[in-house]
Amino acid sequence: MLTIDQATYDAIVAHARRDHPDEACGVVAGPEGSDRPERFIEMVNAAGSPTFYEFDSTELLRLYRDMDARDEEPVVIYHSHTATEAYPSRTDIGLAQEPNAHYVLVSTREHGNNEGPVEFRSYRITDGEVTEEEVTVVPTPSREEAPTRSTD
Amino acid sequence: MAIEVRIPTILRTYTDGQKAVDAQGDNLAGLIADLEANHPGIRERLIDGEDLRRFVNVYINDEDVRFIGGLEAPLSDGDQVTVLPAVAGG
Repeated sequence: MLTIDQATYDAIVAHARRDHPDEACGVVAGPEGSDRPERFIEMVNAAGSPTFYEFDSTELLRLYRDMDARDEEPVVIYHSHTATEAYPSRTDIGLAQEPNAHYVLVSTREHGNNEGPVEFRSYRITDGEVTEEEVTVVPTPSREEAPTRSTD
Repeated sequence: MAIEVRIPTILRTYTDGQKAVDAQGDNLAGLIADLEANHPGIRERLIDGEDLRRFVNVYINDEDVRFIGGLEAPLSDGDQVTVLPAVAGG
């Protein structure tokens, strides 16, 4: 099961809406082994495409160095589908290389850049096998602990 | 010549769970050959045929090796090599 706070959930949805019709992507980092997605980090989709996403390689290095320095790991890796359902594509499954991450998919196919319900689903993807899991959205923790958007 | 190689989670099965290992080589190809000698099977995860796999990123210090010669990229004592799987999909 993925437990995620409301502010982080909203931030992922907002990013997906904003980048529609291109796919949006990013990470929510958290303390290693905690399974708590706490630090929301938008990434640039270097592919700039409605059917593909890829983190920019230089940004990827910076992201992982930063997480390493903070003893974090990518708890959530999210991206959007803009014309299809929020289910991992064959490409998503083939390229999933973080066995501990929750892979979140958001679909903006219904409302695009506009307000309105979006599909928000989460999966484990290991060795080519997809397992959907429940998503529980909890109230955002108090301000001291609230996730902040990375500024770099 | 010691070069620290940072290993991503998905490849730590080859390094007994270690996040970083030391290896040697004058260039990236040599380094990967040395890694393979100590951690059999890891080469296959980095290289497809004669080239680096498309969705595995390798960096020497701050540079993606694709921009500095790929497998021929030279290494010096004290360099740090980082392997990171691409985060990508469709």
